[in-house]
Amino acid sequence: MLRIRNLEAGYGRLRVLKNISMHVNPGEIVTIIGANGAGKTTLLSTIAGLIRATSGEISFQNQEITRLAASRIPRQGCVMVPEGRQVFASMTVEENLLLGGHSLGRAGRKELPALLDHQYGLFPILRDRRSQLAGTLSGGEQQMLAMARALMSRPSLVMMDEPSTGLAPLIVRDIFQVIVRLRQEGNTVLLVEQNAKAALAIADRGYVLETGKVILQGSAEDLLANKDVQRAYLGREKIQ
Amino acid sequence: MFWEKELECMAREDLEQLQLERLQSTLYRVGTHVPFYRQKFNELKVDYEAITSLEDLRRLPFTMKQDLRDNYPYGLFAVPLRDVVRLHSSSGTTGKATVVGYTRNDIKTWSNLAARILCSAGVTADDVIQIAFGYGLFTGGFGLHYGAERLGASVIPISSGNTKRQIQIMQDFKTTALVCTPSYALKIADVMMEMGINSNGLSLKYGLFGAEPWSEAMRREINERLGIIATDNYGLSEVMGPGVAGECRECNGLHLNEDHFLVEILHPTTLEPVTPGEVGELVITTLTKEAFPVIRYRTRDLARFLPGECPCGRTFKRISRIMGRTDDMLIIKGVNVFPTQIESVLFDIEGTEPHYRLVVERERNEDKVTVMVEAVESIFFDEMKKQRALVETIRRRLASELGISVEVKLVEERTLERFDGKGNRVIDRRKF
Repeated sequence: MLRIRNLEAGYGRLRVLKNISMHVNPGEIVTIIGANGAGKTTLLSTIAGLIRATSGEISFQNQEITRLAASRIPRQGCVMVPEGRQVFASMTVEENLLLGGHSLGRAGRKELPALLDHQYGLFPILRDRRSQLAGTLSGGEQQMLAMARALMSRPSLVMMDEPSTGLAPLIVRDIFQVIVRLRQEGNTVLLVEQNAKAALAIADRGYVLETGKVILQGSAEDLLANKDVQRAYLGREKIQ
Repeated sequence: MFWEKELECMAREDLEQLQLERLQSTLYRVGTHVPFYRQKFNELKVDYEAITSLEDLRRLPFTMKQDLRDNYPYGLFAVPLRDVVRLHSSSGTTGKATVVGYTRNDIKTWSNLAARILCSAGVTADDVIQIAFGYGLFTGGFGLHYGAERLGASVIPISSGNTKRQIQIMQDFKTTALVCTPSYALKIADVMMEMGINSNGLSLKYGLFGAEPWSEAMRREINERLGIIATDNYGLSEVMGPGVAGECRECNGLHLNEDHFLVEILHPTTLEPVTPGEVGELVITTLTKEAFPVIRYRTRDLARFLPGECPCGRTFKRISRIMGRTDDMLIIKGVNVFPTQIESVLFDIEGTEPHYRLVVERERNEDKVTVMVEAVESIFFDEMKKQRALVETIRRRLASELGISVEVKLVEERTLERFDGKGNRVIDRRKF
């Protein structure tokens, strides 16, 4: 579904991503784990077209999207749930959701009520708060809103940037359960997380990013058993 | 039958993406974790981070058996020893073996790939597998053992030797699959005939053979005499062990497990890729090994890529059976033997000259090795007892060095032909 080859990108003269190759197959949850500053968000932003790649190629559903404008990528079916939610605080929950359906265009307008209904089914709390301003929601609710907003365009790939940031452990569990459910409904998820343990627990495969390079990749199960991953990201190694 | 169908039948384009991703992260790991590779890349000014396609592999240096010896025992490991859960060793020359290590994940991968090989040969969870490969430091026994367990089959870890007992157990336990060297399979058939046992009375259905060269003629003979479907499989401990490649039921060449190994076939002297279909040396890069990754390992084994798609549906490339070696290594009873090993043993024994001749024959489907050694003149004037003691010493020392039993014959000084430079001290009379 998503295939990246030798991707390089950065900010000004700063080279952040170095020779990244990765792929996501339909129906998978793929996670990108790594420490702060490893380049995870830059990678997602580059896929989303917010940052221009300096070299390499990104293809989405067999279509080259490397040079596509950011505004046209959601229409291809690739949407992002940004880090820190970024919901429109002064708009209501429902207005936020309707904006998510924007990329469906004129033809998709008829579907909006059904899509809204679907999101409310997935996140019942949003139905209760539908006319409340998004800024008044709790962190967890805002995260759910951001996810639901992304799903409004019926994407084929959902990219999530650190959905667990700043949330209480119980809420994090809920959010991750929703991600699993999204996959069960046939969605494909690319999940960027600092919480490696939680991400690998629900993912099929993973890539470990360090200073802009993929240093390890494999099935989530293998990564969880990998000693380097344990030492660096799971804090499990005991020093005797 | 497939073990991991979605992988074994992958589209070429998807496979190449996976191979590239795995190659890049393997290179990153060896480039940062293994001093040998870091140094080599530096010396040759190879920027491993600039490898952006599978073709770029050709810019990377080779790894030789000698590199493994030079870095004995742990120099080429990419993880600290505390992450290693298993060590295996393969025979080497001049007393120095090579050591390979496995992490827990490596063992898992190995089991899985061996299960693939078994599954493609027809073995299922309902089978009873008799593994008549040596266990111990040799990777053959354990590799297929774990594969068979992973598959869910019932494993008989009988190890090699004691043919009568093998047959007894084969009858009593109702063995359905036999794993050993092809020559040992024929030996079993011989002994069965002697014991008056008809293979029709056995439950045997499949045979997975490897660890030594063999031929179509041998396959036909094994199939006929044991009443089985014999398949070939290939592996080497430096790369992993069994599980690198194996035949499916079509019996038309060995499918390479390309998602875990990048295989090139190169001309042994020019080291350029041969025209597809021509015979050359197998050069293997591991893509998923954690503890002991190798980059462009020169196996010294000769084979060729087979053209066309396999009717079984697997998309992995196929290679021919191993057609020989590019060095002087001999495979005797499935054990790797280098003539230089014999030289170094003789050199250490008083009363012998380091002139020898090695005769390898196959008698009644069993390899037989005779070492002819020149003894110093004085020995021949001495009593028989001393001669016999010398023969016994040489025999024992060679057996412990080589890991196989040999016959020793003393000959008088200067009776063996001398060579200028590299001579052919090995006479291999075996026909495969």
